[in-house]
Amino acid sequence: MATSWTPDRPIVQCVDVRKSFGALEVLKGISLSVRKGEVICIIGPSGSGKSTLIRCINALQPITSGSIQIEGIEVSDPRLDKLALRRKVGMVFQQYNLFPHKTALQNVMMAPIHVLGQKRAEVEVRARALLAKVRLAGKEDTYPGELSGGQQQRVAIARSLAMRPDIMLFDEVTAALDPETVKEVLVTIRELAEDGMTCILVTHEMNFAREVADHVYFTDRGVIVEHGPPETLFTAAKDERTQRFLSQVL
Amino acid sequence: MKTGEPGHRLAVLLPYRPAPVRMSVRIGPLPAALLCFCAIMAASTAWAQTGPAMLSPLQVIVKWSPLLLRGFAFNILISLLSMLLGTIAGLGLGLALLSESRLLAAVSWLVTQFFRNAPWLVLLFFVMFLVPFQVIMFKTTIPLPDWIKATVGFALPVMANVAEVVRGAVRSIPSTQWEAAESLSFTRRQTMWLIMLPQCIKRMLPPWMNIYAIVAMSTVLASIVGVSEMLTLTAQVHAAEGGRPELFAPLYGFALLCFFLYCYPINIWTARLERRFRVR
Repeated sequence: MATSWTPDRPIVQCVDVRKSFGALEVLKGISLSVRKGEVICIIGPSGSGKSTLIRCINALQPITSGSIQIEGIEVSDPRLDKLALRRKVGMVFQQYNLFPHKTALQNVMMAPIHVLGQKRAEVEVRARALLAKVRLAGKEDTYPGELSGGQQQRVAIARSLAMRPDIMLFDEVTAALDPETVKEVLVTIRELAEDGMTCILVTHEMNFAREVADHVYFTDRGVIVEHGPPETLFTAAKDERTQRFLSQVL
Repeated sequence: MKTGEPGHRLAVLLPYRPAPVRMSVRIGPLPAALLCFCAIMAASTAWAQTGPAMLSPLQVIVKWSPLLLRGFAFNILISLLSMLLGTIAGLGLGLALLSESRLLAAVSWLVTQFFRNAPWLVLLFFVMFLVPFQVIMFKTTIPLPDWIKATVGFALPVMANVAEVVRGAVRSIPSTQWEAAESLSFTRRQTMWLIMLPQCIKRMLPPWMNIYAIVAMSTVLASIVGVSEMLTLTAQVHAAEGGRPELFAPLYGFALLCFFLYCYPINIWTARLERRFRVR
């Protein structure tokens, strides 16, 4: 399991990933690779398997066949230490999923304290800094229920970052937000990308994808139809399906 | 398994109160108490007209009330202890119901169903007659008086009902909370104790209090197996006063009144908590 991984190799490597729910095959052989510090966006119509793929990457769902390697660790290995894997991979969800009985600060502090066993005082300094970074200084003692969607999502980002992951996964993180709060979340993600965080985003925000992504993958019905740097994909898509999708959303 | 509308969340807790607890005619605690008191008074005035030679029912109650109230205190003690015992055991059983181990979940499901669907009195009989009156452990004899056995007998159904409340409450938390915890590398146990159960307390409190009110009222069943709680004492007092038929209603009315005054506020409070947690 402990294959030697060096930063010059892809940090995430998916090879022919297949995933079925019963008779329904959702992922039909997905291959992609992400280098350290890269930002990739996965776009495509609803039900094309984007979210499933991202959930397979941090082993929230098992894959049926194929291979996903993160820093050289095989995710589909039955002996995989899922907890160790997830410490490397942060995930932000569409519905924020903050812990409603904890304040913003506590939400951020919980995992480092209980999972990593770090000292409370030390974690608190870091958690406050993270909340400030996502522009939520002053909201430390507020409960999720009292925060707007955009604010909750930024707390969720800070909560993931507190674990100091190597990779961040964003699963349609702006899809449930009001249009006016989408921007504040995107700004946060962009800053993260600029800091060199490896990010995999499933998104419907085409302009954002165009702006921040190093590489864009277009998926439809469980396959990657086309991929390339955003300027090529968005302006000179080769596949007819990609063209049709882009003409609908742009 | 995901929750539907928020109003449905508590639906899993419904089995404990299949029918609405509150009556359509709302009687405040004070008028209700007055009603009971009037019934006792009416009986005593009726008696006063027939002859002064014997004590009136009211005098009988006053005379025996210290003993009867001591019996009532005993009922409360039994109910509190069996609730404590049943809650601790029920929490364990509830967690076992939610266990990832199929075997453990299946066994605890059987246990839960068995104790939830057995008549309380039958369980009480079983515990009374199957458990010895004393156990000898490390050469010391530990006596097991009837009331302790009765407490255990009541704790069994409490355990099963609390287990269902725990299971229902944890299941009612959206599965996305599990995913969020998983993605942050929390272990299953940590997720349960740090994230699930703290969120469940609010949801569990009203049905838990409901169970308590039922236990408190059920403690009189212990009279059947000879524990000297209030109902047993009431029967003895009645006998000591010559078993006069006109004493029957006032004496048992007094017992009713005591239980009512104890349980009614609990129910009111439960309903209030339910309403408060629902708006959230």
